[in-house]
Amino acid sequence: MDSRSIAVSMRGITKTFGATVANDDVSLDIYKGEILSLLGENGSGKTTLMNMLSGIYFPDSGQISINGQPVTISSPREAFEHGIGMIHQHFKLVDVFTAAENIVLGLEEKGKLDLKRAAARIREICDAYGFDVDPQQKIYDMSVSQKQTVEIVKVLYRGADILILDEPTAVLTPQETEKLFAVLRNMRRDGKTVVIITHKLHEVEEISDRVAVLRKGRYIGEMKTSETNAQEMTNMMVGREVTLNINRPEPKDVRPRIRVEHLTVRSEDKVLKLDDVSFTAFGGEILGIAGISGCGQKELLESIAGLQPVESGEISYLHDDGSAESLLGKDPQEIARLGVSLSFVPEDRLGMGLVGSMDLTDNMMLRSFRRGSSVFADRRGPQRLAERVVRELEVNTPGISTPVRRLSGGNVQKVLVGREIASAPTVLLSAYAVRGLDINSSYVIYDLLNQQKRKGVAVVYVGEDLDVLLELCDRILVLCGGKVSGIVDGPGADKSTVGLMMTRLGGEK
Amino acid sequence: MTKKSREPLIHITKRKEMSWQGAWAIRLICIAAALMVCAVITTAATGLAPASVFGGVLNGAFGSPRKIWVLGKESAVLLCIAVAMAPSFRMRFWNLGGEGQVIIGTLITSALMIYLGDKIPNAVLIAMCLVGSVAAGAVWAGVPAFFKARWNTNETLFTLMMNYVAIQLVAYFIIIWESPRGSGKVGIINQSTSAGWLPSIGPFKYLLNILVVLLVTVLMYIYLQYSKQGYEIAVVGESQSTARYVGIKVDRVIIRTLLISGGVCGLCGFLMVAGTDHTITTTLAGGRGFLGVLVAWLAQFNPLAMVLVSLLLCVLSRGAGEISTSFGLNQSFCDILTGVILFFIIASEFFIHYQLHFRKGEKKEASHV
Repeated sequence: MDSRSIAVSMRGITKTFGATVANDDVSLDIYKGEILSLLGENGSGKTTLMNMLSGIYFPDSGQISINGQPVTISSPREAFEHGIGMIHQHFKLVDVFTAAENIVLGLEEKGKLDLKRAAARIREICDAYGFDVDPQQKIYDMSVSQKQTVEIVKVLYRGADILILDEPTAVLTPQETEKLFAVLRNMRRDGKTVVIITHKLHEVEEISDRVAVLRKGRYIGEMKTSETNAQEMTNMMVGREVTLNINRPEPKDVRPRIRVEHLTVRSEDKVLKLDDVSFTAFGGEILGIAGISGCGQKELLESIAGLQPVESGEISYLHDDGSAESLLGKDPQEIARLGVSLSFVPEDRLGMGLVGSMDLTDNMMLRSFRRGSSVFADRRGPQRLAERVVRELEVNTPGISTPVRRLSGGNVQKVLVGREIASAPTVLLSAYAVRGLDINSSYVIYDLLNQQKRKGVAVVYVGEDLDVLLELCDRILVLCGGKVSGIVDGPGADKSTVGLMMTRLGGEK
Repeated sequence: MTKKSREPLIHITKRKEMSWQGAWAIRLICIAAALMVCAVITTAATGLAPASVFGGVLNGAFGSPRKIWVLGKESAVLLCIAVAMAPSFRMRFWNLGGEGQVIIGTLITSALMIYLGDKIPNAVLIAMCLVGSVAAGAVWAGVPAFFKARWNTNETLFTLMMNYVAIQLVAYFIIIWESPRGSGKVGIINQSTSAGWLPSIGPFKYLLNILVVLLVTVLMYIYLQYSKQGYEIAVVGESQSTARYVGIKVDRVIIRTLLISGGVCGLCGFLMVAGTDHTITTTLAGGRGFLGVLVAWLAQFNPLAMVLVSLLLCVLSRGAGEISTSFGLNQSFCDILTGVILFFIIASEFFIHYQLHFRKGEKKEASHV
């Protein structure tokens, strides 16, 4: 390692946001021509640290050096001048522009705008690294993976030698991830330096040369990827011994709970979102829903929860005595009035499941505030519930009167899931329940879902991490473009088969 | 490296939660700074001693029992309108129609007083005026709310335009009702009989209005803070999709809340005509429908804080009137002073939420103030 030269050196970097210390005296070296994984739980300060490198934030104290030269980076433009480019989790592209227009946007080149020359250079870059980008294609026509590619090319076009990717695989299918990794390896061969922020351990093992671990804003250590393993990395990240196996208790006493028949749903602008979807969810099992994002998962859950107008088909709730109750055309309150206890952990936690500016108590109240005949809302019950959720799920919060927006992603999710299971549901719908959560919080959520399953709840788990779906779920329904591509049994399911089913109906080649 | 860029001169960072004592300390410092700037401007522009000008302001507001009563009456009107705005603003429904909702209330009250005065018992007349003007205000706000809930029309424009409809209606009826003929004014309604006039508590003719408005303020605070409906308003304001997710009927909440908002404005119109002014003009609300919006914002939609803010604004405007006459200063000069003070009050909120870090000479710096 000593033979290689240091591309970036960060020394004693500290950054605070109000009372929160995001980075505390972090020192980190990044070598030329390596792929470094920056590993850490949520809120461990990975993104903040890299944002300081790319000029989004400015450190409170500490020194950054590039190629041995001390520098100050106070804007993204200055970061580019130093050859640093970052690909953010949320893409920053103009939808109605073409790839080429987005790539040259903001560049101050002499002379008039020459899109042809730009397109030629973009093709050169694409050929060199194995990208697949059509410079003339509009962004709104692109898949998530293509948009990401445009972002990467944009950074390379500006001559970046040091690329930072913030959780690049969160939005990709396994096949797309493979393609991305191939490109990253080509860049390494070309002498570029790549930093990838992630908390998926198998990806760290697959792609990176070296791992650096942060925990609670502090730098914990680094090691060669080849000399470590998932267990050791997890322990460093979490700070204690963690078991990495997801439990899958044998389903018992399963009984049909939700029956969906020939469900067809169109979005507001008449785009077909679900096409003739039929399945049954059983009490006492976890039904996984797999699919590339935007394949109708959201519409499926929202139709069951009474939030999405349905074009045709039938959704019924099956009582213990076998009688069926149609949920179609009923809003959440009407469904609750039927005596159907249906809980829903939506994808958009702060935009739909919770109210960000309200405190824990008031958020607990969302489900219960109508209770009783008084005109005044009862805050005592929700307050006790908030205290219980904080205690039992180990929510890290200054108190129950803190606005939930201030909590970290994992804690927000614990509050939401805690509230949803507090009503002793018979159906629990969850969308991307562990998205953005660190290992520790993810396992808490898996445990909670398993607990509900043991209680006989019909759990529907929409997920994006195939490894987790395969380990956690009893059955997996694969969606592809709004259609059911197939339903497979969880135990014994094959990852690549499911991956193919996600991209092609039925998974045929 | 071609040029070495430097650390930026000022960083702005978000503060951690601030104690209320700290927040009030910042507010007081800002007001003190505002007065200082006002003093400098006064001396520079007029050559007068700032102390005497400030004294003039206080004198204008509190100089005699009568002045204090007028101050109370004016503050009550402003407070009532601001309180009316509170529920709609909490719901993030930008109701700019306070002016029209008040005016339509004055119109209904005047109409009932003119047409039914002495024809029915006084108590019945007053009750009818009250109900009628509250209902009229509610309708004036309810129509834009219905369109918003049904077709998602822009509430700002809609409520704003309703103001002009109300003003034109009043202008039309003033011509019909004018007395004496040719004056273009309505004059005091039922001057001889006092029919429809609110009774005064002892010799204090403004006291009833003030008490009613304070009662409404407290009720509104309780409604917003503790009732189920108040909670629904807050949820709808923060996130309509969360509201739908828990089964709150957003359309219904929007309409219901605006009926309340408009109703309180209508009540304000009733109090002005039946309680104090006993006449109607197109300028009876006099822009206070809009000033109420400012009060509501400065008080951060908290009805209790609105009491202080509306009092402050009325002191400033009454004081401004005083110094413009006693020192021969232009009314615009007073507006400048009011503007400076408001500017500093708004700025204080910035300093409560954010913190500035200045670049220091040394490398090692204590980054906390």
